Amino acid sequence: MNPMLSLYQEIILDHNRHPRNFGHLDPCTHKAQGFNPLCGDKVLLTLNVGDEDKQILEIAFEGTGCAISVASASLMTEALRNLPVEDARGLIEAVHDLIVEGTVPELLEEERYARLKALAGVHEFPARVKCATLAWQTLRAALDRKTQEISSDPRF
Amino acid sequence: MNAPPLRTPPPPSGYDVDRVREDFPILRTRVHGHPLVYLDNAATTQKPQSVIDALVRYYTEENANVHRGVYQLSALATERYEEAREAVRTYLHAQTSNEIVFLRGATEAINLVANSFGQAFVRAGDEIVLTEIEHHSNIVPWQMLCARSGARLRIIPVDETGEINLKQAAEIIGPKTRMVAFSHVSNALGTILPVAELTSLAHAQGAAVLIDGAQAASHIAVDVRRLACDFYVCSGHKMYGPTGIGVLYARERWLEDLPPWQGGGDMIETVHFDKTTYASAPAKFEAGTPNIAGACGLTAALRYLQTLGLSRIAHHEHDLLEYATARMRELEGVRIIGQSTHKAAVLSFVVEGVHPHDVGTLLDQDGIAVRAGHHCAMPTIERYRVPATVRASFGLYNTHEEVNRFIEALARVREMFLT
Ligand SMILES: Cc1ncc(COP(=O)(O)O)c(C=O)c1O
Repeated sequence: MNPMLSLYQEIILDHNRHPRNFGHLDPCTHKAQGFNPLCGDKVLLTLNVGDEDKQILEIAFEGTGCAISVASASLMTEALRNLPVEDARGLIEAVHDLIVEGTVPELLEEERYARLKALAGVHEFPARVKCATLAWQTLRAALDRKTQEISSDPRF
Repeated sequence: MNAPPLRTPPPPSGYDVDRVREDFPILRTRVHGHPLVYLDNAATTQKPQSVIDALVRYYTEENANVHRGVYQLSALATERYEEAREAVRTYLHAQTSNEIVFLRGATEAINLVANSFGQAFVRAGDEIVLTEIEHHSNIVPWQMLCARSGARLRIIPVDETGEINLKQAAEIIGPKTRMVAFSHVSNALGTILPVAELTSLAHAQGAAVLIDGAQAASHIAVDVRRLACDFYVCSGHKMYGPTGIGVLYARERWLEDLPPWQGGGDMIETVHFDKTTYASAPAKFEAGTPNIAGACGLTAALRYLQTLGLSRIAHHEHDLLEYATARMRELEGVRIIGQSTHKAAVLSFVVEGVHPHDVGTLLDQDGIAVRAGHHCAMPTIERYRVPATVRASFGLYNTHEEVNRFIEALARVREMFLT
């Protein structure tokens, strides 16, 4: 596929135009703010995680960014709903491999995660990798209950 | 030795941009299968063959350290280095070549002044005045000075078009002001600032003036004596010269009073453990082995610019800017950020519904290099309530045909995102 079309697949453009789960939860159990100092992209993640079952009951994001970072965050919130925290951590690793390493982990072949494969095209655009990883890194910080604003880091 | 001849002497009248382009080997590059359209000249400019040749010649035939050896090669390197100082003096119309200090770039030059001038003249309660549209390198060194000294920053606002509000400037610049530092041309908006008016306001209050000429020095003729500024800074790499060489012009009256900033070799007269005496300017401000090759390249770049003629370059770039602005205004959903009456060849804009980074990536696929982001001027970008902008900045080798390709690609971007 033309690399441009694989980067801006219809699903990415759609999630950019109509971000899912946009907004913030108040009150929430988990929260983190991500920032990419290079391009100014910002994302605020708020989550409600069940006390007993450690399941992500609700998740929302808000912020500003390019189509890649908005779509990545939006796709992420869809994939995470009702997911146990441990599975969410596994998903972070899988998406890392997809975007940063350019491989397609088996986990992403599962039906419920298949849409995330739309992010694979980013691998061909090194300057844009950080845009796609920002939301996922912020998620990790939220789950780790890091309260400080985190900066996007190429090591993800 | 005389300057090497230009490969393409410009025609006596008019401006033959096609011949100018032949001087820049990188312009033959293809990007993603398309001829490169380089529209990021505000970040750095491409280099003509004569500059590349000067670097090669220096390392091939002339390399030695300066101001040290008694042998011929060292004398030759010293001569080249001092020739560069003289070339800059002529270019900026400084009084004496002692007023020209070589540094790494505009950033280092501002840091030198903030430190040296700051140490000598800035005390708690004093004020440093900047404008709202400065590059980070003309903000942060002053903030650091304020933190050290207890001085305070004051900011002259701009209006919606990107013009400095001179009435407010007159209210802000006052008896406590020690330094007024502002750009000659804004890198984020292209505004040409009212440098004469700001300088008069500052001098009327006994404050010194630093002009950040990073974006001006290769686009408009600079005469530091006419400007009457105390300090003027610029970077070689934005003037078709090499990276790592830049200039501080410091008016002669300051040379004695400013203490050295960095210590080391070359900046001393005598060194004893109980007492060191410093060399006089400019050596006092040039500690350590300088960028000799960079200076040789800068000489070649300035000769190149002078041969083409700054007024003809300015005219050509102004044509391009007007043409690009008019064509951009025809595009629906594109908003130009920075519309001051006096503008240099910078076109900053946002596309409704498309983030600047996406615009940048899509244009790159067509071989068009633009900058997307905050352009190291976060306060400026915030002022216009946008998260970032796309910036096309023109140079002496850009063409109307390239503007057409840029505008057509931009129209396709909007189509792709909105339909
Ligand atoms: C207005 C302005 N000032 C200062 C600088 C800093 O120049 P340098 O990075 O070469 O030191 C720049 C470069 O982008 C600039 O545009």
